[in-house]
Amino acid sequence: MGKKVALTGNEAAAHAMRQINPDVIAAFPITPSTPIPQAVAQFIADGEMDTELVTVESEHSAMSACIGAAAAGARVMTATSANGYALMWEMLYIASGMRLPIVMAVAARALSAPLNIHGDHSDIMGGRDTGWIQLISENSQEAYDNLIQAIKIAENKDVMTPALAAFDGFNISHAIEIWEMEDDAAVKEFIGDYEPLFPLLNTDEPITHGAWAPPDWYFEHKMSQLKGLLNAKDVVEKVGKEFGEAFGREYGLYEAYKLDDADFVIVAAGSVCGTTKDVVDSLRDNGIKAGLLKIRLFRPFPFKEIADALQSAKAIAILDRVSPAGAQGGPLFSEIRSALYDTPTRAPIINYTYGLGGRDTQPKHINSVYETLKKIVETGKVEKQFDCLNLRGAWG
Amino acid sequence: MAEKLLKWDEVLIGAAIKDPGNSKSYETGSWRVERPVWNPDTCIQCMFCWVYCPDSSILVDENGKMVGIDYDHCKGCGICVEQCPSKPKSLQMILEAQAKGKTEEELRKEVFSK
Repeated sequence: MGKKVALTGNEAAAHAMRQINPDVIAAFPITPSTPIPQAVAQFIADGEMDTELVTVESEHSAMSACIGAAAAGARVMTATSANGYALMWEMLYIASGMRLPIVMAVAARALSAPLNIHGDHSDIMGGRDTGWIQLISENSQEAYDNLIQAIKIAENKDVMTPALAAFDGFNISHAIEIWEMEDDAAVKEFIGDYEPLFPLLNTDEPITHGAWAPPDWYFEHKMSQLKGLLNAKDVVEKVGKEFGEAFGREYGLYEAYKLDDADFVIVAAGSVCGTTKDVVDSLRDNGIKAGLLKIRLFRPFPFKEIADALQSAKAIAILDRVSPAGAQGGPLFSEIRSALYDTPTRAPIINYTYGLGGRDTQPKHINSVYETLKKIVETGKVEKQFDCLNLRGAWG
Repeated sequence: MAEKLLKWDEVLIGAAIKDPGNSKSYETGSWRVERPVWNPDTCIQCMFCWVYCPDSSILVDENGKMVGIDYDHCKGCGICVEQCPSKPKSLQMILEAQAKGKTEEELRKEVFSK
């Protein structure tokens, strides 16, 4: 059975890595994910895991080392944040294109400039089109649980696609929470052994990895890759159920919090969902039908399931922890609004940017979102489609 | 390429290639603008061209002697001519357009008789 521990999100990720005990971890430090490889190095030095730790000179090299090791046939992991993740960008495409089930922990963080090391989703949203499976965690428990599940999802024969498990920088990565750590043996049994598909080191069956594909091949390979990514949706659901059976914490594609009959719905991802749940609880105590849809699987985006889950809503607010960067709204907003276009609901949908560069988002801010949703339903008018939470000065 | 190309759901995962040495069937010779013409009469069999050829397009027999050029793969880069130490050079570049419809023997005469 598991035991309760009080550790940070980074330590949760590091312990998941210790229990997974992959063949290779390539590491380059970047705040706020640095404590992950640091803890892993300690575990290895203490003989608690026998992973080959490759210390490299950049995140680009870290991902390159992961790709090389994974092509050789190893089970491979790494961790990063922000500009490090951005420096990996080119290699992220290569990892997914080569269908190498690398698993990465991302302590999500703001991208410069201005320089900022605190939490937001600029990094993971920037890499949303790299063909990686993206799981977003609300707290340390989920950071731990998602990393373990990510191994099983990525390595599924129908998927064979790299996966990242993200959790908010500092809010989760550096905050100590109580969470449940499972037995080493139970985790080992849950993930099972990894059998690489075409290991380079198998000299009996020589294989070429990373060859070029001219115009008469590239398109077919990219669509074959897309199929693997799309297959991950069912596998995420299946592994989430298996995880529930093994450890008592079941996971789905998303989490519906008091959503069934909700009139006023917030859609969000990451640590802000904890705050939102508290606000939902207090609003429900006052008879206000508030609800939350927490995004767990962001890539592949389960648009149909999420649209179905939002049908009861009379007004929806989508929280993006990233600047919309000139789009009509943040990435979550665009996805969800697009998903709802094909469904009967014509509930008004608004978008907020919040928490950039570690800006606090408190219950009062979430409350103001529900207040706005209530007002929209009462008046039938949307005054602002896009707004900011806890920004100094009114937007727009 | 006459064979039927595979559909998206038939290609090997990760664009991996299982059959080694298949680059032989990829004919890069069609990229060529100029081609080298070889003169066996003055060739000293130093194998410089063989060493430098980036496309392994210098054909060599079982005795290790150069016997010709693999025009299916030669991209016409001209390194062989550049490196050829014999005087006069035993390899010369000519335009593909000029070579069109002519046998190797005819080309040799044309290039090396001057």
